[in-house]
Amino acid sequence: MSMTATQKIIAKHAGHDVKAGDLVTVDVDLVLGNDITSPVAIEEVKKSGKEITIPDKVVLVMDHFVPCKDIKSAQQCKTCREFAKANGIKNFFDAGDMGIEHALLPEKGFAKPGMLIIGADSHTCTYGALSCFSTGIGSTDMAAAMITGKMWLRVPEAIKINIKGKLQKYVTGKDVILTIIKMLGTDGATYKSLEFFGDISSLSMDDRLCIANMAIECGAKNAFFPVDSLTKEYLEDVGAKDYLIFEPDKNAVYAKELDINLSSLTPVAAFPHLPSNVKSMEDLKEKIYLDQVVIGSCTNGRISDMRAAASILKGHKKKDGLRLIIIPATQKIYRQCIKEGLVDIFLDAGAVVSTPTCGPCLGGYMGILADGEKACSTTNRNFVGRMGAKTSEIYLTSAYVAAQSAINGYLSAPED
Amino acid sequence: MGRVFKYGDNVDTDVIIPARYLNDASNENLKAHAMEDIDASFHTLVKEGDIVVGGYNFGCGSSREHAPLALKASGVKIVIAKSFARIFFRNAINTGLLVIEDARMADEISQNDTLTIDSAKITDVTTGKEYPLPTLDGYVQKIIEAGGLMNLIKEEN
Repeated sequence: MSMTATQKIIAKHAGHDVKAGDLVTVDVDLVLGNDITSPVAIEEVKKSGKEITIPDKVVLVMDHFVPCKDIKSAQQCKTCREFAKANGIKNFFDAGDMGIEHALLPEKGFAKPGMLIIGADSHTCTYGALSCFSTGIGSTDMAAAMITGKMWLRVPEAIKINIKGKLQKYVTGKDVILTIIKMLGTDGATYKSLEFFGDISSLSMDDRLCIANMAIECGAKNAFFPVDSLTKEYLEDVGAKDYLIFEPDKNAVYAKELDINLSSLTPVAAFPHLPSNVKSMEDLKEKIYLDQVVIGSCTNGRISDMRAAASILKGHKKKDGLRLIIIPATQKIYRQCIKEGLVDIFLDAGAVVSTPTCGPCLGGYMGILADGEKACSTTNRNFVGRMGAKTSEIYLTSAYVAAQSAINGYLSAPED
Repeated sequence: MGRVFKYGDNVDTDVIIPARYLNDASNENLKAHAMEDIDASFHTLVKEGDIVVGGYNFGCGSSREHAPLALKASGVKIVIAKSFARIFFRNAINTGLLVIEDARMADEISQNDTLTIDSAKITDVTTGKEYPLPTLDGYVQKIIEAGGLMNLIKEEN
């Protein structure tokens, strides 16, 4: 029986061959939760009276409302902290050593090719960039997996994305995935895996992590990139060893194939209020004036995003009256920004530079929008009310476009 | 018996329960803010046994289980939609909220219709139309019948 790469990873964890549509029970290699989703899972575990059987495979990251924004969020973190301690969960990342979960786990070497990772956060699909099966689940799934070490899933069909060409200047992984979401629609890949093949050599690991991260925005269950020399280099850098490389069978069947020529892509923006409402910056006729620019998140808070923003902001000031908020996604990235002088560039430009947090992306704190305000943001969702008031608007872009927009005060792409 | 609250396509988890309220997972908090950003009057009008009907891609966005829990806390018994985003779908099944994916039902049932449900069918009392209650594949159906995943795990282990 021929299988896709995703199906092979699932088969390995199910202990038998699988085909699209099968409902199977799989062993999980890693279970992730954050400060919003874990308390609900912990409550379920407590109510069940059962024990956690896989404490070494659980990772808890306090990132959404952390450092805690109010008493209730502090209470949620306290619940997680006490649970981790009582159950011998060593991989507990609190303020000071945490980072945004989907930037932190790859950086710490938790995500490796061939693994099956589930996370109570929809952007868990990020780790597909490292050739594993990873998918977002809910709190009850998280509770059940911590108890049983297993979970149920339906084996997905795959959409194959054939990549060719090379990314042009100022075009990034963000522009690639937004273009794909535009082509597929917000539910075009629902229940399916999004698998990338062809010439992926011009996509940096940060580009791939960004692309896989937003696979959920077209409904995908997971993303998958094959292992190449860049992947191996990255894994070596983060100290990830002992992994299994899976490749699709030559005659694997795909539900759909899509060709993307990277050379022809241009900077784009997703307009309110859907990630699929994507327009090329070149086609922009009117000036969309902005109140806030956010550069960060699990989508675009990595070092290459920080470098991209700094390359545009260097020697410039943000527009008067606009708030520029820059959030390196992990402590390691934060430190690297300081070392390379990027933080100086950001501060000179008039930016707020914050410790890692998901804060503004989900309208939690650290950059909430008032009525009618407009933001350009490198985050992943622009739904109604996502970053604050119901009447506010979010334009999703790469760090290049966000930085240029901060300088101009209106949505704009960099030009030479 | 319940009344229908009907919405369009892409009802996302941010409008079902905005993230600004996710610092508290209590039923009281979730109920007070359910559907707030798409229908400000929902929490005052919804009653025990009511039904939510949506279009395509219902529940897209975040993995927050608070979304089906907010609907359950509000008294909603069933969500009928043309299609569901996958994480919302499994969260609903896992937490014992009945979800039915049926484009014809979602089209034919209107805002404010009254529906009744029994073990075999759903009846739209307003239009007189009857719809058989669908069943899902083996393990998923077992979860539904147990009233949620944790109940099934307790039974199995």
